[in-house]
Amino acid sequence: MAAQGMPDLSNAIVAQDEMGRPFIIVRDQGKKQRKHGIEATKSHILAARSVASIVKTSLGPRGLDKILISQDGDITITNDGATILTQMDLDNQIAKLLVELSRSQDDEIGDGTTGVVVLASALLDQALELIEKGIHPIKIANGFDEACKIAIDQLDKVADVVPIEDESYLLKAAKTSLGSKIVSKSHDHFSQMAVDAVMAVADLERKDVDFELIKIEKKVGGSIEDSLLIKGVLLDKDFSHPQMPKQVKDCKIAILTCPFEPPKPKTKHKLDISTVEEFKLLQEYETKKFQEMIDLVKQSEANVVACQWGFDDEANHLLLSNGLNAIRWIGGSELELLAIATNGRIVPRFEDLSPEKLGSAGIVRELEFGTTRDRMLVIEDCSNSKAVTCFIRGSNEMITAEGVRALHDSLCVVRNLIRDNRVVYGGGAAELTCSLAVSEAADKQKGIDQYAFRAFASALDTIPMTLAENSGLDPIETLSHLKSKQVNENSSRLGVDCLGKGTNDMKELFVIDPYIGKRQQLLLATQLTRMILKINDVIISGKDEY
Amino acid sequence: MSVQIFNEQATEERAENARMSAFVGAIAVGDLVKSTLGPKGMDKLLQSSTNPDAALVTNDGATILKSIPFDNPAAKVLVNISKVQDDEVGDGTTSVTVLSAELLREAEKLIEKKIHPQTIIEGYRIARTVSIEALEKHAVNNGDNPALFRNDLLNIARTTLSSKILSQDKELFSNLAVDAILRLKGSTNLNNIQIIKKVGGKLSDSYLDEGFILEKKFGISQPKRIENAKILIANTSMDTDKVKIFGAKFKVDSTSKLAELEKAEKVKMKNKVEKIKKFGINVFINRQLIYDYPEQLFTDAKINSIEHADFDGIERLALVTGGEVVSTFDKPENAKLGYCDVIEEILIGEDSFLKFSGVAAGEACTVVLRGATDQVLDEAERSLHDALSVLSQTTRETKTVLGGGCAEMLMAKAVDQAAANETGKRALAVEAFSRALRQLPTILADNAGYDSSELVTKLRSSIYNGIYTSGLDLNNGTIGDMRELGIVESFKLKRAVVSSAAEAAEVLLRVDNIIRAKPRTADRNH
Repeated sequence: MAAQGMPDLSNAIVAQDEMGRPFIIVRDQGKKQRKHGIEATKSHILAARSVASIVKTSLGPRGLDKILISQDGDITITNDGATILTQMDLDNQIAKLLVELSRSQDDEIGDGTTGVVVLASALLDQALELIEKGIHPIKIANGFDEACKIAIDQLDKVADVVPIEDESYLLKAAKTSLGSKIVSKSHDHFSQMAVDAVMAVADLERKDVDFELIKIEKKVGGSIEDSLLIKGVLLDKDFSHPQMPKQVKDCKIAILTCPFEPPKPKTKHKLDISTVEEFKLLQEYETKKFQEMIDLVKQSEANVVACQWGFDDEANHLLLSNGLNAIRWIGGSELELLAIATNGRIVPRFEDLSPEKLGSAGIVRELEFGTTRDRMLVIEDCSNSKAVTCFIRGSNEMITAEGVRALHDSLCVVRNLIRDNRVVYGGGAAELTCSLAVSEAADKQKGIDQYAFRAFASALDTIPMTLAENSGLDPIETLSHLKSKQVNENSSRLGVDCLGKGTNDMKELFVIDPYIGKRQQLLLATQLTRMILKINDVIISGKDEY
Repeated sequence: MSVQIFNEQATEERAENARMSAFVGAIAVGDLVKSTLGPKGMDKLLQSSTNPDAALVTNDGATILKSIPFDNPAAKVLVNISKVQDDEVGDGTTSVTVLSAELLREAEKLIEKKIHPQTIIEGYRIARTVSIEALEKHAVNNGDNPALFRNDLLNIARTTLSSKILSQDKELFSNLAVDAILRLKGSTNLNNIQIIKKVGGKLSDSYLDEGFILEKKFGISQPKRIENAKILIANTSMDTDKVKIFGAKFKVDSTSKLAELEKAEKVKMKNKVEKIKKFGINVFINRQLIYDYPEQLFTDAKINSIEHADFDGIERLALVTGGEVVSTFDKPENAKLGYCDVIEEILIGEDSFLKFSGVAAGEACTVVLRGATDQVLDEAERSLHDALSVLSQTTRETKTVLGGGCAEMLMAKAVDQAAANETGKRALAVEAFSRALRQLPTILADNAGYDSSELVTKLRSSIYNGIYTSGLDLNNGTIGDMRELGIVESFKLKRAVVSSAAEAAEVLLRVDNIIRAKPRTADRNH
């Protein structure tokens, strides 16, 4: 916050009692800061503008990335609006609201996190001009709400329904979301991966996609193109004994949450050995226990043991000598995924093991990487194909991390289409047609709303303008050209030709966005604008003295 | 009116500044390691700030970069690619950094000409694909012919080692490395090659033991030499062998009972030893400790025991002798024992080791390195490790390409041709890629002290005229036939260099904003 300088008594809230003596209601000393009225609103709008100006250049297929250096000096290089915003070291509360905004877009939709911030800041910018004209912030906010409804009606009108059975549309949508990311290098590969992954787990009847079933793993090495989709589970583990075979076929997997160790009661207890007989008995008991465990596993006809816990050395060797391959220390969520993928049951006690509780998979094999001892286990050809792992490779940590984020975005896009198969056209086409609809409606409004409507329309124009700017085109010329073209040709599919392909028809260029993503952007941005416009007083309490 | 949205000490660099800071950082890193490139490259001495005595002399790009604390984010990206290159292929860590820096240097010039970074990236992507295709086209695969393949491996080892401290004895070491790798029989697990370093002697005294050497001794008063050894390799506790039932502990009310229990414990251990004896072995090797009592029992039973062979040691021994790591002893008939002709205690320098000769399986081996100082030995180990890594990867991907700037020039040629077919601004970027590729032979020549402009243009004309095996002969300062000179490199290495360098350059080119959070301070109240 800008320093307020010396204590300013004029900002203190002071009342006088009947004797005329002043007493202070809100103490306002140097440590307490207060902003009020138009000044507060203006400063908020400026803060929002600063935030948007950072992420603005990431928008679109020719947008650029940001390097974020954390407190500990770790680097993130990303193009994803939500990631940029959450990792910035922000102090300003309004800026933090924008972070929340992009996060909620991320949670709901998973894509369009940059766009929503740019739109919100454009709305606020427009509001600032109206405020300077003397229009009351609440009236502006009301007007924006009305305009937003019209924009969404227009979106409804222009949205095209695509058959999700036709994978090519899903691919195109995934491609649009990946266009701005570094993985655009292997564009087709990644979009195919996203579509395959989602289609593998999607429940088309319920129109739902369970993301729990899609695991994303990353490992440095190779290059982005080497990323692959594994129809099965990938575990960052190796077999528990170095001499176990590196590959098992036709696996029956026992999934255990009990350790290969003598059982221990959950209650606190103490076992005292006071005689030689007891000591001997215990020894026998111990050996017997291990043998029992192995026997139980054997009886169930399992040939692979996946265990959440560790094994005793003896148990490990017994497993080996009984020809059982074993994996130990598997994390809880991975174990669940394994159980889902192989149609197995998680078994908490050896006694509960039975053949029908085993999971089955075609093959379990060990992957080796490079010259270090990195190994991973792949479990493929599972009986339930509804669990997949996306395995991202890349030449450095930053690129693999960004690959994971990018893939997540495109997974979300594909999922959104499965939920709601309406699409709108990208490249700013959807915003433009909304903007046209809103400005047309503007002239029919009475009173102040007319101004708010026009402002809303110009705010919508910011998206195509930013796209044009990021692509090195003249924003104003592009915008006016496109607007006139949309009106004259009565086509809502015309957008900014970011990649210089020579056409503005987004349908031809296959730049499509899910309808619900766009709708959410408009709604969230308008809501946030209202919230910020409504604030007229900020009091920052000073830090306690210590 | 401006509003401060960041925390007080957080900083932000934008557009030109951010790009500049990224380029400058990356180019600085490239320039730093560039002088180590090639057979005439020089080493760096790295001195630790916390421990001034710990000096490190090295030629290995990844080691140099790992040891320097960088603050610049772009520098960190380059350090990371060189680390990944090290993990993936083991060598070429300098080349990948230098190529990436050169790509960015060229990109900087293009950005000065107002070309959009994304356009440059487009061009680089085209160029990268073309160069990898060219590399693939000119790669030679001798994987099916063992004799030729061995020769390839030897040449690769020689090429890798020629830029390292081992270059004086590269014949010895390349043979050594190739022998070691071929013994792994296709495994890429380098842990199976043990490297023992002993100060003293000279580098050329190093050798590959045809058997296996373990840094351990036999138990006390056991014979120093065992012939026709039958070995049981175990991982079991031979100290107290406690009962593993949870919460069990001794509680006695009289000393006599304690004595009884002690005896029972002893009996338990004795039984275990008895069981082990039934295996009919004469050597027992355990990963864990062996206490005096069982050791004594073993000695009495004429079984030599070796305690505390660490995990890697055990695994290697299992591989070498063909035995199995055992933890239970009830079924001697099921266990696979290890065999070897002779185990004897030998001296290397002043330390005694156990040497296993005439081993059954022999899928692991030991290299003994000798050298004058610790630094020499460390650097020799790193160099040998590089060579071993490259060789082990080559056994997987058996294609080879030519070194001495030949592969780079071939790629540059292909890229140049592609540039001629491109239209628009990205053609400039494609051309820039080929210039960056040509920088590698230039640096090689510069480092060797030759007139690089003269040599590299000669090389270019030679390659462009279709003599696809030409390269720089840096010993004579001429253009030579790399195939004849035996300067061969692994295809996987070269491909990884080009593809990672291009990827890293792309990552950095896309940056237009650097936001740095307030550094965490040690202060509690930060």
